[in-house]
Amino acid sequence: MPRKSFRQALNEGLRLEMRRDPRIFVMGEDVAGGKGASGEQDAWGGAFGVTKGLLAEFGPERVRDTPITESAFVGAAAGAAMAGMRPVVEIMFVDFMGVCFDQIFNQAAKFRYMFGGKAVTPMVLRATFGAGTGSASQHSQALYPLFTHIPGLKVVVPSTPYDAKGLLIEAIRDDDPVIFLEHKAMYDDVGDVPDGAYVVPFGEAAVLRDGGDVTIVAFGRMVGRAMEAAARLARDGIEATVVDPRTTSPLDIDTIIETLEETGRLVIVDEAYPRCGMAADIAGIIAEEAFGLLKAPIRKVTPPHAPVPYAPELEAAYIPSVERIEAAVRGVVGWSR
Amino acid sequence: MQLAREDLLTAYRTMALIRVFEERVQREMSSGDIPGSTHLYAGQEASAVGISMHLGDMDRVASTHRGHGHSIAKGCDVDGMMAEIFARSTGICHGKGGSMHIADLDKGMLGANGIVGGAAPIACGAALAARMTGSGAVAVAYSGDGGFNQGTMAESLNLARVWDLPVIFAIEDNGFAEATASSWAVAGDIVARGAAYGIPAERVDGTDVFAVHEAAGRAVARGRAGDGPTLLHIMVPRYLGHFSGDSDTYRTPDEKRAMRTDRDCLKVFRDKVLPAGLLEMDQLDAIDAEVAALVDGSVVAARAAPRPDPATVATDVYVSYP
Repeated sequence: MPRKSFRQALNEGLRLEMRRDPRIFVMGEDVAGGKGASGEQDAWGGAFGVTKGLLAEFGPERVRDTPITESAFVGAAAGAAMAGMRPVVEIMFVDFMGVCFDQIFNQAAKFRYMFGGKAVTPMVLRATFGAGTGSASQHSQALYPLFTHIPGLKVVVPSTPYDAKGLLIEAIRDDDPVIFLEHKAMYDDVGDVPDGAYVVPFGEAAVLRDGGDVTIVAFGRMVGRAMEAAARLARDGIEATVVDPRTTSPLDIDTIIETLEETGRLVIVDEAYPRCGMAADIAGIIAEEAFGLLKAPIRKVTPPHAPVPYAPELEAAYIPSVERIEAAVRGVVGWSR
Repeated sequence: MQLAREDLLTAYRTMALIRVFEERVQREMSSGDIPGSTHLYAGQEASAVGISMHLGDMDRVASTHRGHGHSIAKGCDVDGMMAEIFARSTGICHGKGGSMHIADLDKGMLGANGIVGGAAPIACGAALAARMTGSGAVAVAYSGDGGFNQGTMAESLNLARVWDLPVIFAIEDNGFAEATASSWAVAGDIVARGAAYGIPAERVDGTDVFAVHEAAGRAVARGRAGDGPTLLHIMVPRYLGHFSGDSDTYRTPDEKRAMRTDRDCLKVFRDKVLPAGLLEMDQLDAIDAEVAALVDGSVVAARAAPRPDPATVATDVYVSYP
């Protein structure tokens, strides 16, 4: 199996789909880069190089640099999608969706329902997310719970290059608006990625490790940390199941419940804010639907209720660490009434 | 006045239909059988009609909260609209959308819109699709004077010019953003704002369907020829309050009376075509009777129609959701 980076996997997914369907086009700020300038064209390929090289193959009509006007081009994606196109929009940082939130959650997300099931709005909004790069409060958030909250949106948070490509192709082929979030500290992560097109379906969690003592649910970059914590715990005889739901909407709650039938203990690791985040959401669903399976309280491992800080020491203290995950697991395994 | 007899009849019929529809909705609101509120288009009819006479089903419009007139002019079914406003399952959106979300994609009506300023980016997208597929279609972004102050409008004007999108910004200035006068709330000049983006822009008398038709014709031709966007600043009266429950005390009785006598697009039309002998009084009277009966029938049908099944409360959220 060929080894590819997260970035390459995404680029390949876009390229294969654009070859397949001429209605698919990408747009965003500097998705090529250099538009209107006299030097290199395709100078950037997006702020993180994900769309690099697409301009040469597909040309400027289908690889569209935009002015810095997120409301206009995100809304234009929604309008183009309703008019038969299949846009894939890049927003440099998920934080910037603050300036175009209306077009996402009042417009694109609601067309189908408001219009009585007549509208189809096939669009993908790709954005980077996540802390760990010293980018501070307005370029580091993990805002997938905000979008998960909105009926009409699907939300994808891949944790491996393989999943990134398969989920992106699924997102592009999906007929609903999809928010596709890529952790900016993971673009150089390498994994096995087949050359051809394949899909990873939405709403199907990956069970990455089987163990009888505890279920750890984690998203995005936290999946790797959960796996590392699980490996450390195994040395002390504590066996963890690790579940990556891969999409927060739809959410594969059934797989989580199935693992709880064996483990009876749940730790949820989420880089998003603790209030109304995925950890809180899953804890609430499990308390309601699987209370009888629990042998111990559910534990959430999240950042504090605070914006993402700048200083490396503060940022390290902010992001859930392997040590904190390990401690949470030891806490629930050792819990007694 | 280059309209054929057929077009003259269509123009009058559509304006009269919108007028009767809106005044009927206003009356029915007081019956308590219509939920929520409505924002009515009475007085502004010549704008939507003058524009839509140039449009086919492949052309798309994105509308506002005051969208009934745009919808009727774009060919939406009047029975379906009335049933929607009455929140019936036979409504054009099966009772899910209501007055502010009337849409019929097959007719190129991309939706009324509850968010002021929300439509312009969507119309730009429809225009982008037309450009990319080479369909020759155009898109219309309707807005009021209030919506024109939103940031989405500035962004959309910029994008439309940068990408030469075949989009017409139809800014219907009815003098008031809710209860706030546009003379106070709009800085500078709407035509000048369009021109500042390099977009051809002109002011149009929105009580004269002929003037709107001519200006819109230039705009649509520009779009279809690949020459990009146009802005029309269309001056219209708003006969009724901002919304159906508006006591409308911020406008004086004289002011409201005067706009009905001096700025009535139906009267302007009659005064132009009858003395010129283009149409006969009988024909227009017959149209008045016909549309009154049509709207009457739509209300009777809506009242008799079934209400939505509560079991449909969470259907059609997604195309698919595992």
